[in-house]
Amino acid sequence: MSADVQLDNVWVKFGDFVAVRDASLTIQGGEFFSFLGPSGCGKTTLLRAISGFQHPSTGRILIGGKDMFGIGPNRRPTALIFQNLALFPLMTVWQNISFALEVKGMDKRARRKKADELLELVALPGQGDKMVTELSGGQKQRVAVARALCAEPEVLLLDEPLSALDLKLRQHMRTELRAIQQRAGITFIYITHDQGEALTMSDRVAVMRQGVVDQIGDGTTVYDHPETAFVASFVGENNSFTGTVTEITDGLAYVQTECGLMRSRTSSAAPLRKGDDAVVFVRPESIHFCGDDTRRDENGLVATLAHQEFEGHFWHLALKTESGHDIRMSVMNDGRSEVHEIGASVSVGFSTQGAIALAPGELAAD
Amino acid sequence: MRNWLRTFLARNGIGLSVYLLGAVALWVIVMIILPQLFMLDFSFRNNWQQIDPSRMGGPDDVYTMVNYHFLAFGSPNNPDPFNVVDVTVFFRTIVAAICVTLFDLALCYPIAYYLAQVARGGKARLLVLALIIPFWVNELLRAFAFRILFGEEGTINAILMGIGILSDPIDFVREDVALYAGLGYAYILLMIFPIYNVIESLDKNQIEAARDLGSSWWRIHRRVVIPFAKPGITSGCTMVFMLSAGALAAPQILGGPSSLWFTQIIYQWFNTGSNWPRGSAYAIVLMLTCVLLVLILMKLFKVKIGEIGR
Ligand SMILES: Nc1ncnc2c1ncn2[C@@H]1O[C@H](COP(=O)(O)OP(=O)(O)OP(=O)(O)O)[C@@H](O)[C@H]1O
Ligand SMILES: [Mg+2]
Repeated sequence: MSADVQLDNVWVKFGDFVAVRDASLTIQGGEFFSFLGPSGCGKTTLLRAISGFQHPSTGRILIGGKDMFGIGPNRRPTALIFQNLALFPLMTVWQNISFALEVKGMDKRARRKKADELLELVALPGQGDKMVTELSGGQKQRVAVARALCAEPEVLLLDEPLSALDLKLRQHMRTELRAIQQRAGITFIYITHDQGEALTMSDRVAVMRQGVVDQIGDGTTVYDHPETAFVASFVGENNSFTGTVTEITDGLAYVQTECGLMRSRTSSAAPLRKGDDAVVFVRPESIHFCGDDTRRDENGLVATLAHQEFEGHFWHLALKTESGHDIRMSVMNDGRSEVHEIGASVSVGFSTQGAIALAPGELAAD
Repeated sequence: MRNWLRTFLARNGIGLSVYLLGAVALWVIVMIILPQLFMLDFSFRNNWQQIDPSRMGGPDDVYTMVNYHFLAFGSPNNPDPFNVVDVTVFFRTIVAAICVTLFDLALCYPIAYYLAQVARGGKARLLVLALIIPFWVNELLRAFAFRILFGEEGTINAILMGIGILSDPIDFVREDVALYAGLGYAYILLMIFPIYNVIESLDKNQIEAARDLGSSWWRIHRRVVIPFAKPGITSGCTMVFMLSAGALAAPQILGGPSSLWFTQIIYQWFNTGSNWPRGSAYAIVLMLTCVLLVLILMKLFKVKIGEIGR
């Protein structure tokens, strides 16, 4: 069973400090939904509000259409996986997993059976009698998932559960979690500051900034069609050029920047007008070498190659324009790209579709 | 051991190492081992009442069990099958000390939990202060204060009669209520702090996880907090039990006229009775019984002696 989760104008304040500001959104039943944002932006606070550990200062939270006001965490159809897992160190693995059933007063044999089934589900068969301290990080992770699933929640809440794992294991657990979610068929609300995690696993992502939900959409929407400067700079890498809009025609913006006039697409959700300040965002992979023949629909720049890094399938290049602006660019290592010496003057370009002009705003810290 | 010594020397240098080791050795030997050995030795000796002083230290001054025998069976012309007075007092002391310990545990566990997990910042500090400040007052004065509180004309009786619950005053001192309350109060800090220390190190998320999985408060304590706090609980209970079984001032001041504490008997042998060997024997029996009980308690709760020190 899965339930939808609806937030209506939820605010969470700690004294004068606003941790969550006016969050309104609906998470569908059975959806894998992620909150993505930098550290301290209020993700955990929002999750704690959904699970019932934190009262919203104002606003309503509905789970399965039912207002959760005044319902404690032990009586909500949610289960929370904590940032540090919070397994019970003095219990065995199977006792940990079946704790929710022990609470319901189920007898020991049935509990053990259910725990073994869940161990099977999270690919840890036969490990029930170990103590949790005897498990590896990834195994603890799975036990935490099993323990939460055992409560048969309609909504599973996960607070950066993979952050303590090393890269390889993290990537493996992503697929694993996604598979478990599909098998269990329940709503997953996942919190992370790792965009790779959010983009690969989720049906939809909500990008948060200082307590505000900036944009909600699936991975490609958030990546390709950012609506705020923060989303553009936080999700994936982006070059930014600040300037002023000189003209808007056919949904294209002409922006006069310190690196010359640029033409780019705009966001329909955040339209710009002539004379507005604007920031043009260009992804490193949208920039390419263009020799001498800059095509007419493209934007061209001349810069010096300052630094380059080889990363197997990509070259990461750092350029500096005459005006002193740093530009990052990625070139596919397919043997067809030009090779340049450090210090060489190169001319690069990007298409109008490879750039987007947005209203200026807070940028994510690098 | 050799390795440990070497790293210890390397870390602190020769001078400091010798000083530290010497100080610890002195402390252990002079303060702990020697007095106990003297007591043990004394407890097997004859007193001047049983042996002529001129023969003391001579060939006739041999080790004897008379002092222990006296505790169990009394003087040779005792008509009862055993030493009724002393043995009764002994067991009553042990049982009462156990009761005081349990009472303190019931009182202090919630306080320790509140301090460690619920209260924050200023409130916690204030509460700690409120717990500690009364102990700046001398132990004897505190005992007398309890006497005033619980006495027949004391504050408590005055209040109870004032609001009409009682028509006649109760003599709390005669009923030993004052004694138990005084003993219980005297050691609450020794119960609170070990428990507080352990619970403080319990991850809040564990409590929340249990709650999130549907647990009632009662079950959270039974399954998560108490098992975790066991070393602290055992340590607190051990100290409170040992100290209240061995307390002297509180029973002297707060005890009813008809009820003796075992330590008072020991004190009498040493002091008015001038029979140090017998006093020693009594003290040794009390100490061994307490140690034995504590060991049983630890065995029962599966706590190792190392954990208690935490
Ligand atoms: N109990 C609290 N009292 C006061 N302020 C709090 C409290 N809990 C959180 N905050 C503040 O709210 C803000 C958001 O905290 P939150 O834990 O939700 O961040 P987060 O997005 O989960 O960050 P991270 O990725 O580092 O876990 C932070 O600035 C934090 O200092
Ligand atoms: Mg967090």
